[in-house]
Amino acid sequence: MKLAISSSGTTLDSPFDARFGRAAAFCLVDSETGIWTTHANPALAAAGGAGVQAAQFVATLGAQAVVSGAYGPKAYDTLSAAGIARMLAPANDAHSVAEVVALFKAGQLTQAGAASHNGHHGA
Amino acid sequence: MRIVVASGKGGTGKTTVATSLALVAAQQHTVCFRDCDVEAPNAALFLHPAFDTHREVGILIPQIDAQQCTYCGKCARVCQFNAIAIVGKKALIFPELCHGCGSCTLVCPEQAISERLAVSGALDSGVTPEGIVFAQGVMDVGQPMAVPILRELKEWSATDVTAAPDIEIRDAPPGASCPVVETMRGADFVLLVTEPTPFGLHDLKQVAAIAGQLGLPAGVVINRDGIGDDSVGAYCAENALPILLRIPMQREIAEAIARGHSLVETVPEYRPLFSNLLDQISARLDT
Repeated sequence: MKLAISSSGTTLDSPFDARFGRAAAFCLVDSETGIWTTHANPALAAAGGAGVQAAQFVATLGAQAVVSGAYGPKAYDTLSAAGIARMLAPANDAHSVAEVVALFKAGQLTQAGAASHNGHHGA
Repeated sequence: MRIVVASGKGGTGKTTVATSLALVAAQQHTVCFRDCDVEAPNAALFLHPAFDTHREVGILIPQIDAQQCTYCGKCARVCQFNAIAIVGKKALIFPELCHGCGSCTLVCPEQAISERLAVSGALDSGVTPEGIVFAQGVMDVGQPMAVPILRELKEWSATDVTAAPDIEIRDAPPGASCPVVETMRGADFVLLVTEPTPFGLHDLKQVAAIAGQLGLPAGVVINRDGIGDDSVGAYCAENALPILLRIPMQREIAEAIARGHSLVETVPEYRPLFSNLLDQISARLDT
């Protein structure tokens, strides 16, 4: 499965970023082959609607699932419309992207059943 | 002549100054008053207009005809606010992100986008007992954007008024962000109401800078004069900002305002002072 993992750097050893819309980058990893590429998040500097933009971006990357720490309502709805699974990795423990892949393979990630929080817009 | 009364810091006396200026101006001129503090308009409490006209306002937001949409994504890419998402064969619109700019409608090659009014507030207008044509905007609770309402408020004139007024007074919202800038746009003069405190000075500098950027002449009214320190006076002297009026700190004034009475009604001695304030502003615009 093609996973887009929110990351604060550009390699498998980079720290996992628990934010979705404002993550520095997405690491696209094929969980079967281990082949990975990294992609700067174009929504990082968005004035608003970062989650919407990031969700469309991971859709264009061909991701089948996203792993992040939290999803806002508009990111959740956009990913959902794109048919992309929304996985949650623990936000509080420091993980590398590679460790998040290992957690996924071990079946230890949960699916986000709903948006994690209210949107940031206007706040 | 369009005069904006602004302050930055809230509670310095914008509405106190704006309403008394309007009452004094109305003795000799036709006056239009616009309460531009659409988050919490309160000038009507002092001017008592009889509201007779009401109109809902908002922004035009897109709706996409799924029959005509080819999901090309041009609308989503042109949107600077990420208010549209096109993923696969689905189009999503997030109205709370939309600023109503209309770019999506313009770029759609299939004409699949039409626009509908998303109401975010209302305009009310009427005439006061002194004959001041009064208009205010009120933003709906929970709405994030005041500017679209302000734009409509600035353009709106009551149906029974045909001639442009001699003097338009705009009571600005507090702060130093977009709504204040929008209130100042198209004005001729900015009257900065401040108080002689560090907070008053801090915000005075910000709003004076906005007026400067917009190329508008400005003058200062120091309210609650006598409290705090003289740093506002020093700042005005350094920056060639004329101090046009000082209103001393007086309990009598504060009590009258709290009861909904205007300053010039409460202390009629202020009438000539406000008349003089108006003359000073006119003189500065004539030179």
